[in-house]
Amino acid sequence: MIAYWMCFILFLVGLYGAITRRNLIKIAISLSIMEFSTFLFFALIGYIDGGVAPIVDPADPVKIYVDPLPQALVLTAIVIGLATTAMLMAVIIRIYRKYGTFDIREIKNLRG
Amino acid sequence: MEIAIAIITGLMIIGALYAIHAKDLLSAVIACGIVGYGLVICFLLLKAPDLAIVQIVVETITLIIMVAVVLDSSREEKFSKPDPQGYVSMTLSALILGVMLYFFIISVSSLDEFGKSTLRMAGPYIEGATEKTGSANLVTGVVFDFRGYDTLGEATVLVTAVLGVLTILRIKGKK
Repeated sequence: MIAYWMCFILFLVGLYGAITRRNLIKIAISLSIMEFSTFLFFALIGYIDGGVAPIVDPADPVKIYVDPLPQALVLTAIVIGLATTAMLMAVIIRIYRKYGTFDIREIKNLRG
Repeated sequence: MEIAIAIITGLMIIGALYAIHAKDLLSAVIACGIVGYGLVICFLLLKAPDLAIVQIVVETITLIIMVAVVLDSSREEKFSKPDPQGYVSMTLSALILGVMLYFFIISVSSLDEFGKSTLRMAGPYIEGATEKTGSANLVTGVVFDFRGYDTLGEATVLVTAVLGVLTILRIKGKK
């Protein structure tokens, strides 16, 4: 049960960063930390004690495999996470070239 | 096993806290790399080699993108004046923490114990999967055969994101 708790604390750290920081890079980092904790939670759910990695060995068919379904879900989510991070970084670099800062307060003040 | 994962997750939490509080943005990005590569070790301990391979590649690419963005800038985070909204957001995050803690306690009590989960949905995927899909790797079988349309949707999302990045980086801003 302690692994679930540590995973939840990692999610909360990411949430805290996303709410309290005022720097766009820090917000992007916090979002990816929350993503990582979700991936870890899925992998934790699928784990079975004494299980082996879900790769079939024809010579030894009687085995316990860990759950392959959460792993397939996370495999999809990791790649989509890369795509969203790249897009976020593209937006951030445009904002930096226009305003010369990563600070969202100053960007708000410069408006108008 | 559970203790080892908890220790590595503790290191990831320390790395995440440092990444959030670092003054230099480059060290913040590198501390974010601690979290990502710690996740790779957790995947290996949890018997998920496919995830570990994909995560180590994706984490490296993400770090390269982030370092490229940060090196292009002035790199330091400014703490000029005390933020008047700081107390509001601290109170807000404490409130959200309480609400999420409540729901987490409810939901974690309904989960199985760690390492004792049962194969509810994946049973038919494992039974005779090699004959059905022709793949010895069950994860690949699920991704490309049983859930092939989901993978097609994922490819659509990827293409959309790449088009978006290209569009954002190519347009000329108004001066």
